[in-house]
Parts: sequence; structure tokens; C-alpha cells
Amino acid sequence: MIWQLDLFLLMLVVICALATITVKDLLSATIIFSAYSFLMCLLWAEMGAVDVAFTEATVGAGVSTIFFIAAIFRTTRRSKD
Amino acid sequence: MKITSHEARERISHRDTILETTVRLMIPFIQLYGLYVIVHGHYSPGGGFQGGVVLGASLIMFALAFGLTASKNYMTESLNIIIANAGALIFTGIAALCALLGGMFLDYSVLANILPIDPISWRSHGIFLVEVGVGMGVMTIMISIYWDMASAGRLDEGL
Repeated sequence: MIWQLDLFLLMLVVICALATITVKDLLSATIIFSAYSFLMCLLWAEMGAVDVAFTEATVGAGVSTIFFIAAIFRTTRRSKD
Repeated sequence: MKITSHEARERISHRDTILETTVRLMIPFIQLYGLYVIVHGHYSPGGGFQGGVVLGASLIMFALAFGLTASKNYMTESLNIIIANAGALIFTGIAALCALLGGMFLDYSVLANILPIDPISWRSHGIFLVEVGVGMGVMTIMISIYWDMASAGRLDEGL
């Protein structure tokens, strides 16, 4: 574990999480959420939990992004609130 | 921007050569990688769930590039249901077989009564058998979640 790298990745994770809930465009929010998942995957791998990182990369960054996009196509793209 | 079925049908007719060729080239490698992850699940990170998701993602990618109806020619709906149920049956069947043979639920070492291998190595091979079941189940359920979400349950045309 390198605490500088940890801190850097955690900062990026927090920035991505805040951006996801702030952005009004739901498609942009999905893509930022995908980046969040990928950064979490890097963080897991850096902390030694390779199995969890693998799951996060396949499910979080890969398939769930497609599911979110498929759900957005059935609703409106802009957030109302 | 809610798409109507007419717009979706128009989008399918606009085929993109670069996209289709890339997907055609990538899918065999992705599926080989998914099989590798399942088979090496008890030696290295990964396993049935992750490998199943990778295998499912390869077919989702095919459905995204070629359209949902084209993907149903390769993985038909009935085949999907059969593989999903077979996966669940493999998992619970092996687990219940261990219990029937006198061990605990999912205690693979008692399977040595059927096939005379060392009980210690049966623990390793039993995990492999269970993970094949998990991979089959996860792969098919990922595909059917995508089919249902992309076509709102009608299974006619996708994104």
C-alpha cells in the first residue's frame, strides 16, 4: 500500500461521486459513474483485494453502465429536480 | 428522448462497418478470457461470477452492435432459459449430492465416494464444478436482463 496513491485515488473517487449526483444530464452521470467504478476498481486492486477489484471492473464499470444507459433510453435524458 | 419502435427500427438499418468488424474481432477473445477466468477461478482471482459476467458482456456487446434480434439468432430465448436453469441445477445438485452422501452442504470431500480421487483434491475440483454452474447462470441472466431492459420486455428491438 502506498498512501500517496491511495489518497490521490480516493480524492478522484470523491470528485467523481460528487459529480455524479450534481450533473443534470443523466447520460453524463452514467459515464461519470462508470469512471467512479473504474477508480474504485483501481483502489481495490491497490489495496490488495484483487477479487473484489475484478468484480468491480466487470459489473460496475462494464455491465451496469450498459444497464443504466438502457434504462435512460426508456425515460427522459434530463433530470427534472 | 424516448425512442419509439419506428426510430429503433431505423437505427438498426443503419449498420456501421467499423463497429461490426471491431465487435466481430473482439468477441472471441472476450469469450476465451471469460472461460479462462471461470476455469482458473480456484487458482487465481476471478471465478464463476466474474467469468460469467465477462461471457454475458460479450453477448451484450454483440446485441449492441448488431441489434437485439440478431443476437437472439445466436442465443435463442429457450436456450438462454435452459442454460440458466442448468447452471442453477449444477450448483444446487452438487451441493445436495454432497449432503446426500453424508457430508455437509457443499462439502466436496465426500464426493470421493463416487469418484475415487483424493478427498483433498476433490475440494479443489468441487469448487470448479460449482463455478461452472455459477458462470452459466450469471451469463444467461446478464443477457436476459439486458434484453428486457433494452426492449422494455418485448424482446423485439434493442437500443
